[in-house]
Amino acid sequence: MTKVEDMIEGAARAGRVEAGAAGNRFRSRAEADGLVDVAYTSADSPAGPLLLAATDDGLVRVGLPNQDCDELLVDLANRVSPRVLEAPGRLDQARRELEAYFAGELRTFDLALDWRLSSGFRQRVLREIDAIPYGETRSYTDMAKGAGNPKAVRAAGSACGSNPIPIVVPCHRVLRASGALGGYGGGLEMKRALLKLEGTMK
Amino acid sequence: MSDLPPFETVLAENAQDVLGFLSATVGPSDADDCFQETFVAALRAYPGLEDSRNLRGWLLTIASRKAIDHFRARGRRAVPTGDGTEAGEPTTPGPEPSGEIWASVAALPEKQRLAVGLRFACDLPHREIAEALGSSEDAARRNLHEGLKTLRKELA
Repeated sequence: MTKVEDMIEGAARAGRVEAGAAGNRFRSRAEADGLVDVAYTSADSPAGPLLLAATDDGLVRVGLPNQDCDELLVDLANRVSPRVLEAPGRLDQARRELEAYFAGELRTFDLALDWRLSSGFRQRVLREIDAIPYGETRSYTDMAKGAGNPKAVRAAGSACGSNPIPIVVPCHRVLRASGALGGYGGGLEMKRALLKLEGTMK
Repeated sequence: MSDLPPFETVLAENAQDVLGFLSATVGPSDADDCFQETFVAALRAYPGLEDSRNLRGWLLTIASRKAIDHFRARGRRAVPTGDGTEAGEPTTPGPEPSGEIWASVAALPEKQRLAVGLRFACDLPHREIAEALGSSEDAARRNLHEGLKTLRKELA
């Protein structure tokens, strides 16, 4: 005879296998009910998978392929809201524009951005960077100057390095005054590939 | 700020336990409704949650309340039909006797039903069963004991 305990476990096991589908229904409903403060998804890029995250205000975070996705989500939970859920729908436009960008078919992103992960001088630098046109580059010195503090070249460099929305806010277009690459959160190989894509590097 | 993990993690780590528990207590066909209500309520309350140490216990507490709402909305319908077993075909104790056990579980008083589910679907210790049901540990132990006794008698 089957023990009662085993039978209950069996009933639970039969339910557990449906958890994936039930979870997906919940994610859709939570997004439809406006309960998701940070929606995220992943998108393909030639360099590997990107993490895209958006609030109600717009795109708030782009995670590059060399960054740990779980850590990025924990950081968003701590700094924006713990109501973080995978909800690809909200990021459809961002994903489409990024695909077009990597295909060389889009030069200017038309996406609402949420700047809340940066503030003060850093945010001013990032907004300067956001205005650098496709196919052009600027120096860290230019960015420091544009943000209102020409002497803060090092701080401008660190603001670039902390860019929460790379690619879309094109920190890859900022180089050393000498023309040397400088740094890049996604690795120098990726920076070089983006500049090649835009035709600013051979 | 808070040290709450992303809700996505909470969902991924607990969806199976919650749905397993609900399948064993409210039954396979209504488990999904209760699951949705449980997680929607959890997500609404989540940013205000002060203690993130036992998120599974917290979710199972909400799931238990949703299950009780569900039992009450359904009235005291003893044995639902059409859940998991083919009509007219006698159930035989097989490797997955979920239909048979469910009918008997459904006939138990609500606290016994939940206690049995929390113990054997989720492997919760008595202390946490008591927390989820908002009762004393003794009461939880009694509910579990009585529920099991009835089930053993019926299914013997």
